Amino acid sequence: MMEIKILGSGCKKCQETKAVVDKVIAELGCEANIEKVEDFAKIASYGVMQTPAVVVNGKVKIVGKVPTPAEVMSVLEP
Amino acid sequence: MQTLSLFWDFFQYQFLGMQWLNKLVGKMLTAFGMSTDSRLTGSLQFFIYDTIKIFILLCSLIFIISYIQSYFPPEKTKQILGRFKGISANILGALLGTVTPFCSCSSIPLFIGFSSAGVPIGVSFSFLISSPLVDLGAFILLTSIFGGKIAVVYVLVGLILAVFGGMLIDKLKMSDQIEDYIKNIQNNIDITLPDLTKKDRAIYAKTQMQQTFKKVFPYVLIGVGIGSLIHNWIPQSFVENVLGSGNPFSVLLATLIGMPMYADIFGSIPIAEALYYKGAGLGTILSFMMAVTALSLPSVIMLRNAIKPKLLATFVAIVGIGIIIIGYFFNFTQFLF
Repeated sequence: MMEIKILGSGCKKCQETKAVVDKVIAELGCEANIEKVEDFAKIASYGVMQTPAVVVNGKVKIVGKVPTPAEVMSVLEP
Repeated sequence: MQTLSLFWDFFQYQFLGMQWLNKLVGKMLTAFGMSTDSRLTGSLQFFIYDTIKIFILLCSLIFIISYIQSYFPPEKTKQILGRFKGISANILGALLGTVTPFCSCSSIPLFIGFSSAGVPIGVSFSFLISSPLVDLGAFILLTSIFGGKIAVVYVLVGLILAVFGGMLIDKLKMSDQIEDYIKNIQNNIDITLPDLTKKDRAIYAKTQMQQTFKKVFPYVLIGVGIGSLIHNWIPQSFVENVLGSGNPFSVLLATLIGMPMYADIFGSIPIAEALYYKGAGLGTILSFMMAVTALSLPSVIMLRNAIKPKLLATFVAIVGIGIIIIGYFFNFTQFLF
């Protein structure tokens, strides 16, 4: 199953990112484990320096911005 | 030489300062039967002209700056800074801080990233000081109001403050003041960001422009509102006496008021502009703008997650004192500009 992590410390942009990801996954109807990571140490462990960021199956795909639904769809993998 | 100075005047007063817009608004109000001599109309003219001018500058500047910044992600900055030592690292940190996109909610991951790459904390602070303080947007805005000379000197002293502030923090040997969980992150991970096409960069720049506009426009309206009140209602003698370079406390006052404030530079500029033309000291208003942008309650609170109180207080004190010194410097040398 797809593992999606949204990295962000709780500011508006991070919440918007989660909303976009939730919506895309729901619309595609695919199975995914979506988790929000707010712990700074964990965020840093991905080498990410700009939040929000989206990690899919352990790989950092989107960094530093709120993605559009199209961008989210392009980085998903089964 | 004459043509060069004519061209520069045109650039500053018509292109950036948009005096043609001011005249246009004035003509429109007169057409409505309002006399531009009256205080109310004067305020209204200033309000409309300044708001439109700032919104135009804001949108174009944020777009251009974001486009440039898309070439300087902090992940790349980290790799560059990790390779330098000593004052050149501080200088590079301060310079890169001006071109790297930075939102204060990213300050912790940024700090952690730098720290784990072995960047000395003083260099990280040079970056953190220059980032909000000095950027192309501030430079252009300052040029449009105060002229190129002042804008250039502002950028230079901002960078000097960033470099020496950072070096001082390193000299004070406060590396034990970084929160433990950050020190314990030993592994340095360099992620490869996907390459951006020109179209990607343009989309990014456009999004940044829209987001910043939405975030900042209430501050601009408030700032211009206060500016127009000052412009037409506050007596010149009051401003000169309290905020003029003759008052030895004006810089201190301006800095202490500005420090906890959370306002964007686009919002504080109309206030600074109005005060300057009413006789406030140049150093006083520059200190105010620097204090507003370099430090704010939200960014200090965010930073508390990464560094302990002693270092945080030292950081705030160094930046505050630096700004005050710069303010007095500009007040004393005002006649040169």
